[in-house]
Amino acid sequence: MINVLNINHAFGDNQALTDISFDVQAGEIFGLIGPDGAGKTTLFRILATLLLPGSGSATLNGLDVVRDYKTLRTRIGYMPGRFSLYQDLTVDENLQFFASVFGVTVEENRHLINDIYVQLEPFKNRRAGALSGGMKQKLALCCALIHKPQILMLDEPGTGVDPVSRREFWDMLRRLRDGGLTILVSTPYMDEAAWCNRVALVQQGHIMAIDTPEALTAAFPKKLFAVRAVDKYRLINDLRSMETGANAYAFGEFAHFASPSAKIQVADVELFLQKKGHNGVEVKEAEPTVEDCFIDLMTDDSQQSTVDSPPGEITLK
Amino acid sequence: MNRFLAFITKEFRHILRDRRTLMILFGMPVIQVLLFGFVLNNEVQNARVAVIDPSPDHESRTLTHKLLADDIFKLAPDITSLNELEGAFRRNEIKMAMVLPHDFAGSLAKVGTATVQIIGDASDPNTASTLVQYAQSILLNYQQEYNSRNLPSTATGIKVETRMRYNPEMKSVYNFVPGVMTLILMLVSAMMTSITIAREKEMGTMEVLLVSPLKPIQIILGKTTPYLALSFLNAAVVVVLGVVVFGMPLKGSVLLLAFESILYTFVALSLGIFISTKAKDQMGAMFMSALGLLMPTMLLSGFIFPRESMPVPLQVIGNAIPATWFIPIVKGIMIKGVGLESLWKETLVLVGMAMFFLVLSLRNFKDRLE
Repeated sequence: MINVLNINHAFGDNQALTDISFDVQAGEIFGLIGPDGAGKTTLFRILATLLLPGSGSATLNGLDVVRDYKTLRTRIGYMPGRFSLYQDLTVDENLQFFASVFGVTVEENRHLINDIYVQLEPFKNRRAGALSGGMKQKLALCCALIHKPQILMLDEPGTGVDPVSRREFWDMLRRLRDGGLTILVSTPYMDEAAWCNRVALVQQGHIMAIDTPEALTAAFPKKLFAVRAVDKYRLINDLRSMETGANAYAFGEFAHFASPSAKIQVADVELFLQKKGHNGVEVKEAEPTVEDCFIDLMTDDSQQSTVDSPPGEITLK
Repeated sequence: MNRFLAFITKEFRHILRDRRTLMILFGMPVIQVLLFGFVLNNEVQNARVAVIDPSPDHESRTLTHKLLADDIFKLAPDITSLNELEGAFRRNEIKMAMVLPHDFAGSLAKVGTATVQIIGDASDPNTASTLVQYAQSILLNYQQEYNSRNLPSTATGIKVETRMRYNPEMKSVYNFVPGVMTLILMLVSAMMTSITIAREKEMGTMEVLLVSPLKPIQIILGKTTPYLALSFLNAAVVVVLGVVVFGMPLKGSVLLLAFESILYTFVALSLGIFISTKAKDQMGAMFMSALGLLMPTMLLSGFIFPRESMPVPLQVIGNAIPATWFIPIVKGIMIKGVGLESLWKETLVLVGMAMFFLVLSLRNFKDRLE
């Protein structure tokens, strides 16, 4: 459904995208996962026909993003990263405006958005600017869906939305996918990867890995522990010094410790930390998440290219 | 068509829901006309004048009486001697003084000449020169009258009769109504359109509009049509205020005036679109239109300062300003009552400008992001 081949893009001297290639199958949710500044929005704008790629090509449903951009614009539903509706128009006025811009009426396509619209209906006469973050996203989704697109492109839909609304939002996306829509979504939230059929991990304009979330975590090459101690900052520094190639980083209330050696046990880590004089030490084995995979890949990357920032100090959302 | 109507409806909603826009659209024309009408008024009335007449006689009284006949001058009766003048000027009690010689009537009759001194307060040069000019013409008038009374046979001097055509009373309203009209239309059409398009960029809605099947020309027309209508309304308000409140004549064809106003609005709108293709946000658009359009319109078009007295380079720049061509059109129609036969040149220039900027902004309007 979406074929991206060797896309490069630069803003002046700043290389935003390097050799991006991936394919998205019809009827799947494909996630581009990466921190702010990874190049996700640039890639989205190229695929939404808003930017011309520096080099490389991309087709959506067989239509080229450069050559066939006019036809393509009627086939895609695009939701930019920033809330991009008219704040001074009401919910219904926004919806009607975007429907008529695409030459359809809200009534004829009501069934496409009915699920989402029922939640918006109590606020239909409220100005969009006065909606909560979650409601804004739902309205933006309705506006992007109203012309019955074949491909839905959502750039960071979770930003500025509370966790409950985010979960609801993803439920809606999954229902839309089950209805046959192809969805491309980008997010800086690693936990959202689990909702996608397949994800691409993006860092500094490179795709580091493409796979299903399950396959990614299953392929995690290190042994992972969740560790807790009173002095978390010193804990992380000490864990990093425990063996070469080991990595440690904050992960919720715990620190995650990824060790390259398969033989290391919980008791070994405990012993090491007690020797270092840590109090309240708690160590357990942990299941790797997509975030652990991301950090691992990122660390490898930066070690190979000898980037001067020490591993694990790049904070993720 | 449906698409277009939806766009215009949306645009009107934006306008009607934003108090600041409403203020600029409807408060500004009225305030500007009234301000220019009542404040920027260079007609002089009731200027205090001292008359120093050391030996009042029949002739000196006749002259003084003539000077005070109109309501231009009002006598300051307390000041009667030369040495009081300096203080009176300093305290701003008088704007002008007329000093008559000793034995005015006698020297006129015997020697045939008498020197009358007119002293003006040039700390305000405009007022001073206006007053002195008035006084001089009254003196001249008096002299002719004196001659015809006393030397009926030998009076062969040249009589100068000055008549100001079209605006005999030299009212400034004749100048500022066309000026305010050009300014308001430029403000509403160019500045407001450039800001409203820049706002779509700033708010990110332009991104969504671009991805839609709307063509650039549809976006531009949808954005400008409401402002075309509002500008026209504003022009009408200014004309009506000028005629009703300030007694400005409207001698020519109202239809022609309407047509020319729409033409000028078109030029201003295309300038506004052009600016919006260059400006990244609302601040930028505002800055560019204020500096690039409003200032030259005020200063170089001949609205406030006469173009004839500008240095040549500024006159050349002034030629590139639409208002320079629109002001003579409005004056021609309203004051002189002339038609297209004498305004075709200015009209053609405006048509050319409209085409030029429209093509330029259409070429510059990108249907992708930068």
